[in-house]
Formats: sequence, C-alpha cells, structure tokens
Amino acid sequence: MEVAHATHAEVAAQRQPGRVARTLRSSIGSKTLMAVTGLGLLAFVIVHMLDNLQIFLGQERYNGFAAFLRSTGPLLWILRIGLLALFVLHVGAAVKVWRANKEARLEPYVFRASVRTGYAARTMIVSGMIVFAFVVYHLLHLTFGLTHPELFALRDPAGHHDVYSMVVLSFREWPVTVSYIVAQVLLCMHISHGASSAFQTLGITHPRWLWLKQGFGPGVATFIAAGNIAIPLACWIGIVQPGTGA
Amino acid sequence: MQLDARIPAGPIEAKWDRHKAELKLVNPANKRKYTILMVGTGLAGGSAAASLAELGYNVEVFCFQDSARRAHSIAAQGGINAAKNYQNDGDSVRRLFHDTVKGGDFRAREANVYRLAQVSASIIDQCVAQGVPFAREYGGLLSNRSFGGAQVSRTFYARGQTGQQLLLGCYQALARQVAAGRARVHPRTEMLDLVVVDGRARGIVTRDLVSGAIRSWAGDAVVLATGGYSNVFFLSTNAKGCNVTAIWRAYKRGAGLANPCFTQIHPTSIPQAGDYQSKLTLMSESLRNDGRVWVPARPGDTRKPADIPEGERDYFLERMYPAYGNLCPRDIASRAAKRVCDEDRGVGPGGRGVYLDFRDAIQRLGRAVIEERYGNLFQMYERITGEEPYATPMRIYPAPHYTMGGLWVDYNLMSTIPGLYVIGEANFSDHGANRLGASALMQGLADGYFILPYTIGDYLAGAGPSRIPADHAAFQGAQAEVAGRQRRLLAINGRRSVDSFHIELGKLMWNKCGMTRSAASLKECLERIPQLRAQFWEDLRVLGTGDTLNQSLEKAGRVADFLEFAELLALDALQREESCGGHFREEHQTPEGEARRDDQNHCHVSVWEHQGPDRPPQMHEEPLQFEHVPLATRSYK
Amino acid sequence: MDFTLHVWRQAGPDQPGHMELYQARDISPDMSFLEMLDLVNEDLEKQGIEPIAFDHDCREGICGMCSLVINGVAHGQQPATTTCQLHMRHFRDKDSIYIEPWRAAAFPVVKDLVVDRSAFDRVIEAGGFISVNTGSAQDGNCLPVPKDAADTAMDAAACIGCGACVAACPNGSSMLFVAAKVAHLAHLPQGQPEKRRRVLAMVEQMDREGFGHCTNHYECEAVCPKEISRQFIAEMNREYLKAGLQAH
Ligand SMILES: Cc1cc2nc3c(=O)[nH]c(=O)nc-3n(C[C@H](O)[C@H](O)[C@H](O)COP(=O)(O)OP(=O)(O)OC[C@H]3O[C@@H](n4cnc5c(N)ncnc54)[C@H](O)[C@@H]3O)c2cc1C
Ligand code: HEM
Ligand code: FES
Repeated sequence: MEVAHATHAEVAAQRQPGRVARTLRSSIGSKTLMAVTGLGLLAFVIVHMLDNLQIFLGQERYNGFAAFLRSTGPLLWILRIGLLALFVLHVGAAVKVWRANKEARLEPYVFRASVRTGYAARTMIVSGMIVFAFVVYHLLHLTFGLTHPELFALRDPAGHHDVYSMVVLSFREWPVTVSYIVAQVLLCMHISHGASSAFQTLGITHPRWLWLKQGFGPGVATFIAAGNIAIPLACWIGIVQPGTGA
Repeated sequence: MQLDARIPAGPIEAKWDRHKAELKLVNPANKRKYTILMVGTGLAGGSAAASLAELGYNVEVFCFQDSARRAHSIAAQGGINAAKNYQNDGDSVRRLFHDTVKGGDFRAREANVYRLAQVSASIIDQCVAQGVPFAREYGGLLSNRSFGGAQVSRTFYARGQTGQQLLLGCYQALARQVAAGRARVHPRTEMLDLVVVDGRARGIVTRDLVSGAIRSWAGDAVVLATGGYSNVFFLSTNAKGCNVTAIWRAYKRGAGLANPCFTQIHPTSIPQAGDYQSKLTLMSESLRNDGRVWVPARPGDTRKPADIPEGERDYFLERMYPAYGNLCPRDIASRAAKRVCDEDRGVGPGGRGVYLDFRDAIQRLGRAVIEERYGNLFQMYERITGEEPYATPMRIYPAPHYTMGGLWVDYNLMSTIPGLYVIGEANFSDHGANRLGASALMQGLADGYFILPYTIGDYLAGAGPSRIPADHAAFQGAQAEVAGRQRRLLAINGRRSVDSFHIELGKLMWNKCGMTRSAASLKECLERIPQLRAQFWEDLRVLGTGDTLNQSLEKAGRVADFLEFAELLALDALQREESCGGHFREEHQTPEGEARRDDQNHCHVSVWEHQGPDRPPQMHEEPLQFEHVPLATRSYK
Repeated sequence: MDFTLHVWRQAGPDQPGHMELYQARDISPDMSFLEMLDLVNEDLEKQGIEPIAFDHDCREGICGMCSLVINGVAHGQQPATTTCQLHMRHFRDKDSIYIEPWRAAAFPVVKDLVVDRSAFDRVIEAGGFISVNTGSAQDGNCLPVPKDAADTAMDAAACIGCGACVAACPNGSSMLFVAAKVAHLAHLPQGQPEKRRRVLAMVEQMDREGFGHCTNHYECEAVCPKEISRQFIAEMNREYLKAGLQAH
C-alpha cells in the first residue's frame, strides 16, 4: 500500500484506543465536562433552594423535611458523593481550562477593552473560587456545625435536631448573613454566565432552543439569588422567627 | 531568441487532446525524484502546486505573504467564467473562445484561447468537488450571472468573494499535500533571482523576509506564478505587495517578456481622495448592470448631483455606445470616462470621477432588491468614502487593474528558458490586449489545474532528474549578487523614502503611459525614468538592517525593479504604433475617438530580450494568425 | 486631525517590547488607518527612526493580512471592518490611540506589530480540506446543494483568516476560525465523507498549537470583520463530541 496517500487527518482520526479519553481531555472535552457538571450543580442548587424555602412554612415542616432526608440513609450518601464528584470534576476542569487559557495569552494588552463580554464572564474563576470557599464554610456552618456548636445542639419539641432554629438564629448575626448574601451574589454572577454558556458548549444551535443560550442564564441566576438571599434576609430582619424549643 | 510557440497541428478543437496524448510521461515511481520550485500561491500557483504534488512530484512553494492563502487572487470579487451553458442561452466552448479572442482585440494566440475555453468547464467541476460554495439556485444547481458585458450568463460566483473562495479551494488542496509531505510552503519568502545553468532553469535564490537569510533552492523546473505588475502605476486595484520582481529577474536571466504595454484599466474603482492614498479599491463591475453612468453636461458644473436636472446630465456611455450602453468593455468605458473628465466635466475632488447612479434602478426595482444585489458593495463604498450610495450617486474612476503582458510562454506554458514555466497573470498568454471580466480566475486555474501538470511532465521526462546541487557555482554567484544588491540598497543612505520614488514613478506612468499614450508622452517617460532611477540609487533611504524583517528594504527591491521595468513598458508602448485593447495611442484613433488597430503591421506579440545592463533590449515578434475568429474591428456601438 | 499614538515596538521575537509615543499630524479624515500609519512611518524615516512594521496587503478587507489591536479592540471599534478599511473619520481630533499586535501565545510577535499566524495553516493542514485530486471531479451540477446549505457554508467560508478572533479572545482561543472552517465543509454534501475525521483532527491540532479554550465570551464574533457567527462554534462543539465520543 502506498503510505503517502494517508494524510495527517486520516492518521490522526483513525480508530484508536483511548479515543473517548482523548476527546474528554481536549479543549472542547474539558469544556463539556465543565458544562455537564455545572448543569448538574445547577440542578442541585435549584433543588437545594426549593428545599430551604420551606423555612417560610414553619419549624415543623422544615425540620420534618430535614429528618426525612436523614432517614433516607445510604441514598443521601450516594447523592452526597455524587454531588462531591460533580464538584470535584467541575472545579478540576475549571482549573485546567483556566490555566491553559492563562498560557494561551501570556502578554496582556496595554490598553484593555472588551466589546461584548461581561464582568460575570470574565470573573468566572474568581466567582467560582469564592463560591467554593463559601461552600466549605457553609458545610462547616450548617452540616458539620463547627462554627456555631451551641446552635447545632438545639433540639425541637419533637426532639429532632432543630435545623430551623439553628438557621434562623445564625442569621441573626450580621457577619454570617452578609457572607451568605455576598456568596449568593457571586453565585448569581457565576450562573448567569455559566448556565447560558453551558448550552453553547454542548452545541445547541436549533433556533427553538436559542433562549437557553441567551436569557436562561441570567434568568435562572436571578431566580436562585432571589430565593437564596430571601432566607438569610428574612431571618435577619425578623420576618422568620426562631422556633419553639429553642 | 527562438520563439517557437509549439502549437500542435490539427484542427483547433483537437489540438489539446492530441497534444496531451503525445506528451511524454514521467514514471509514477520517479516523480518524487523531481523537485519543482513553485513561486506564487495565487490561483495559478496554488492550483499547480497542489496538482503537481498530487501527481507525486516534490514541490517547494514560495510566497511573500505570511500564508499561501493571502495571495492577491483572494481579492477577486466578480466571478469566474466557464463554458458550461447551464443556462441554455447558447454558450459553448466556441463562443467563449470567440468572445475572449475578440475581447482581447486580436492580440492573443487562438490555440491557447481555445484550450482555455475547453478546460474552463472542468475548473468548475473541480472547484465544486473541493467545496467551493458557489452561489446556487433553489433547486440546488449552480447559479450564473452575466458579467463584463458578455451576452450569455457564464459567470460562476460566490457572493462578492469568488477569488477568496477559489483560492481557499486550492490552498486547502495544497494544505492536504503539505500534510502528506509532498509539498512544503515557504511563506514570507521572496524570490530574488533565477538560476540558469547551461541554458536551463535550475533553481532560484530567495530571501527569508523574517530572518533576512538569502539562500538557494535547486530544482528540476521553476514555475513563476507571481501575478501582475499593475503596481508600476503605484496606485492600482492590486494588493500592495504585487510586484514585477520575479518576472523581471527572469527576464534579466534571459526569459523573453511579451507585450508589457498591455495593461488594463478598470472603469469602476473608487476615485482617489487625496495624495496620501495608498491604493485604489475596485467596485465590482457587476454594478454596471444596474447603475447608470453620467456626468454633468456642462463643463465646470459643481452643483450637487441631486440638483442637476435630468436634461443637464450626460449619460455618456449610453449616448456613445447605444448597443452596450453602461455594459461596454472595460477599456472602452475607461477611456470614455477619462475623456469626459478631460473635458472638465468630471465630479468629486480633483474632477477625476463620474457618477454611477442607482436612482433609476431603485425606483424600478425597489431598494430591497438593490440592497440584496449590491448591499455589501454599497457598504464597502460607504466605509471608504463616508457617502451613502442609496442617497447620492457613487463616484467612480478608472484604475490600473490587470496586466495582460508578462513573460512569453509557448503552448506548454514554458518561457524561452527551458525549465522555466510561467502561469497565471504573470504570463502573457491568453488575454491579448484586453482581458474580459471573470477570465483571469479562469486562466489562472486552467493553467494550474489542467495544463501545467501535463506539460511540465513532458519536459521533466525529457530532461531527467537534475544533478545540479544548490551549492553549484551558478547558485553561489546569484546568491552573492542578491546579497550585494541588498547591501547596496541599505548603503545609499540618502534622503528619500522608497514610497516617494514609487509614487513619483506611478504618477509619471499614469499620466504619460496610462489610459492613453502618445509618442511624445512616451518619449518623456523614456527620458524621465532613467533619471528617476539614478536618483533612486543616489538618494534612497532605507533604515534598519538586512537581517531582520525590514519592510522598507523589501519595497526598495521591488521599486528598483519597477524602475527598470517601467522603461521597457514605455518602450513597448512606443513601438506599438496602433491602438488596441488597453493600449491606446492618441495618434491612432478614428475621428470619433475610437481605437484604431493596425493588423497590417502589429498583428504580433512583441517579445523583449534583455541584452545586458548597458545595451537596449532587443524586440522579437511572434506573428499571430486568426483562422477561426476573423480579424474585425471591435464595435460596441 | 492630529493624534497621539502609543505603538508597540519590538525588535524581534525574543526581544522585549515596549510602547513608544509618536505624533500623527495633519491626518485627513478620509485616510484609512494604514494610510495614517504610512504617513507616520514616512515621518519616522525622516527622523532616522526605523518605521513601524505592520502586516497588510490587499488593503480592501479581504486578504486578512492586516492585524492591529486599536485601543484594545482587534481591527478597532468599527464593526465588521478590517484595520485597512477603518477610516480616520471615526476618530476624534487629538485622540490618543493605542496600537498593539495580536496577542496570543500561538501568535508570537515577529517584529513590532507583525505576528506569526502560521498556526492557522497547520490547523488547515491537519484536515481542513476535502480530499479530491485534480481531475477526479464529476460535473458540477451532478451534486445539487440546497440553497440554504450553500448559503450557510458560504457564511462560514467568508472567514478571511485574519486571526482577530484569537486576538480578541481573552483566552487566546481560535475556536471561531476553526469552527468556521469546519462548518464551511460540514454543511456541504462534498464534505460529508470526511466530516468526522476532519473535526477531530482540526480541533486536536488547534489544541496542540497552544490556543486557549473557548469560554463563550463572544468577543470573537464582535470583532470579526466578516461577522462569522458564534453558532458555528456551538456546531463544532457538537460535531466534535459526536465524533469523539462515538465508540468503535
Ligand atoms: C480587485 C481585483 C478584483 C478582481 N476580480 C476578478 C474577477 O472577478 N474575475 C477574474 O477573473 N479576475 C479578477 N481579477 C484578476 C485576478 O484576480 C488576477 O488576475 C488573478 O487572481 C491572478 O492570479 P495569479 O495566481 O496569477 O497571481 P496572484 O494571485 O497575484 O499571486 C501571486 C503570488 O505570487 C507570489 N509572489 C509574487 N512575487 C513573488 C516573489 N518575488 N517571490 C515569492 N513569491 C512571489 C505572491 O506571494 C502570491 O502568492 C481581479 C483583480 C483585482 C485586483
Ligand atoms: C454550585 C456551584 C456551581 C454552579 C451551579 C456552577 C455552574 C457552572 C456552569 C453551569 C458553568 C458553565 C459551563 C460552561 O460554560 O460550559 C460553570 C462554569 C465554570 N465554573 Fe462553575 N459552578 C459552580 C461552582 C463552581 C466552583 C466552586 C468553581 C471553582 C473553581 C467554578 C468554576 C467555574 C469556572 C472557572 C467555569 C468556566 C467559566 C467560563 O466558562 O468562563 N464553578 N459553572
Ligand atoms: S490588508 Fe488585506 S484585509 Fe486588511
């Protein structure tokens, strides 16, 4: 066979083992990973917010739901591990992409200007990192109870761990509330670019779905921010009061 | 100098087929032992390089731009002709042949033109297969338009970017060969000399424009596809880098240069706005399909166009050429515009412009239709002039655009130096004294895809692989000459910039040897060019060094060649005592001011042979015979 | 008009560069940006200063050779306009103008404002073509191409390969260029047989050249002189994933 007739393209694209891994490691692959995990996280954030909005329905409902969650046992752990995996993959891909992009533009422009991109898009790594820091804090605060051990020890009249009062009372401390609100603003920025961007990355071009790449991100981000900020704010200014037993 | 055109015998329809069958072939296994040096990556060079590499030859490709894809062919807007007769409007190989010979004012070789028309159809097929996105009809078939005054619709186009799309087609084909290891492209590399050993072209000397390195390349054949020399006028529609250097150096090494005075002036360019202007922008000829050309009837009328009533406008093309009107051929439309401007009826700054008015077309067809047809051109016009052509008529003026002259080649596209081939605009072959619209792209691709790949094999098979290495004495000598010249340019250290010389030369050529020429004006040229050249070598200033990117040095080398070449152009124009096509001698016109050809004395190709630095060049003639298109006066009345 | 120019000067690829201050005087509003630079260069030469090197050729917006970042924007603020087609009437008298080269690791500076864009050529060499030898084509009309497919292919093929997309992208990504090339051929029936291997090879070459990863800022689309659409990037993402994740 005449070898010279095979071009680079043919050689490069021939069936090879590791084709899928190679695809995932490529620029587009990394971005896809980020998009898929980002959308997964987004789904979690929405569900998580809806769960927590139950705080407006009172102590019993709220604590009851928390107890229900804990009662699912292994399922909860599977969810948590899944979530952790999403997080790790998302952050891992993000850091990889970010580093590659730093290297692709070593020398900055003296005169910096942008025509179309926004602040949110340019600060994804920063907003992401702050959200990451916040998540750690958030876990220490409410999941592991390390920041406010006295509130973590509260019990409601049913004898359950009184999540409701713990939340309401911690938000009576303004530094806690402010840090939650700031984190939500950053999450909002992150999602407003990310959620639209993800659909571009995943290759949506059909006119019917173009809204996903345009208004969807900012829309869903505002929705999440509004819901998530309402909770600490309501606790802080006293719309939501601590429960009985506390 | 031997001028054997080597036109095959037999009826014109059968010449090419028969010739192909008689050409010697190189054994497929041996092809890779032959190295072909391809200078130029435009439609001609790009298509030839790709095709030759596909055949298995080893091809080294050179261009001065930073990528092969940027050759000047990319700028062609209008389209490419082919005798497909898809429109069923009576087109045929014969008709395209006939139109091209007549359009060229009977100064092209019939056999070559016939072959061009024959292979034109394959070009379209090839380009479609490569993925050139030609315009299509709703049924999915190829769309055509009529162009440049042709009576049939035979022009294929890709929006306003036909040149770019065709070029991308051959650039991509070339890229495929680069990937396959059979071709190597050397961008930002300028050929500065041709090396001839024992009468055969054996290589070239180049300068790497980034590192300044001067080096030799040995090969079995050299192909020049280096485009046209319109920039001898400084202002032209050509890209800034277009130059005469490659063919001029080949001429000085013994290649015959044919018909240098056949230069084409395109009627529809945006007029010059000021002295600072660096180039002229072409407005596609297709605009003349719907626009009407006029000037004020009264000399010195400075009213705004809208204030000039219908009765005081002179639609001079419609008046002078009622049969073709605004669509008459380029040379004729250009001269008519010049004439009305000379009568002080020109418009715009400096009075060098005529209106191209879409008012009537907009009224007739509606703005939307005009926008769809010409939107991008109108936008381009607005971007450059700041005026809105929907509201106020465009201003246009003729500009140097294309050069029919070039290195002489025989039927095989080989120059007078064995082993040196010349294709595309760089050769003189197919357009005679005037090129028709959409025919240059056709010729470049015909040469590169379908002619050279056959004919060059014949030469190589006969010659056998060259054993002359790149360190042969001839190479060393040429290399030393090139290096010496660079050093001299840098050492002058005078006061004037390269551009100032180029501009001065351009003005001289445009005024004295441009759209119209006379013995007096040409003699003036011949007197002033050597003076200017002498000044150049005394007073030029090129800063920087030769061992980095030095754009002034590049330009200086090109302008130095233009300063020599211009003299030959003027000499050729002076010698050609007739008016034909783009060459208009004031002494030779009819009482109505039309060109008067002299078939008795000038039905030939003028081929110039260099005689050394201190002796005038010698002219040879290749007589032209017209057996199939009878010699006749062109009339577009 | 008069302008104060801040121009990037760099003697060679490995030399450090810096901004220099020059004055541009008596500039006509009808000049193009490059004609303004011609004049400045003429002035510099008179003063014995080596002229500013910048790439250009056609000066009519089609060859893709000109490449300046003007006040932070590739090809300047005018939309759908190359530097050579940008005219000085769009600036205000006495403006300060910053002129810098395309900046991207994959486009190293050659000198002053000139950069090396050969990475684009290598991306095309990797697969940006249809494999058809000269002479093996059938009649052009044997292969009907629906008009909308031809039009979309043409929209993508309009790319002039100038590299403004890379220069404008905060990540130095060349996705718009590569996507345009991929889409041009992928929308045509002629391009189908090699569709899969083409996108894989071109994207992988793009990565190898050190271009960044697209994070959907769309700066590329905003500066593209030919207004190539970002939709082509989405399309390429999809085609690449489809091709790359298909198991064999
Ligand atoms: C604005 C404009 C519009 C046009 N529109 C049409 C049209 O619609 N239809 C039509 O048929 N024709 C048109 N033409 C004419 C046509 O485009 C050209 O005649 C044709 O493209 C020339 O192709 P080429 O391959 O011979 O040369 P070019 O495309 O000019 O290529 C020359 C090549 O040679 C290289 N080169 C030159 N000198 C050297 C050197 N010394 N060393 C190394 N490399 C060198 C260059 O780098 C380049 O790669 C148009 C021309 C212009 C200016
Ligand atoms: C709950 C939290 C988070 C959600 C819902 C989320 C969501 C998303 C989404 C949907 C994307 C878009 C992917 C794409 O463009 O294809 C994205 C991108 C990104 N995310 Fe997150 N993310 C979260 C947390 C984080 C964290 C903790 C980091 C930390 C590093 C991070 C860093 C990034 C980066 C750098 C990007 C790419 C930005 C870009 O496209 O420019 N994200 N995120
Ligand atoms: S110089 Fe050709 S696009 Fe600007």
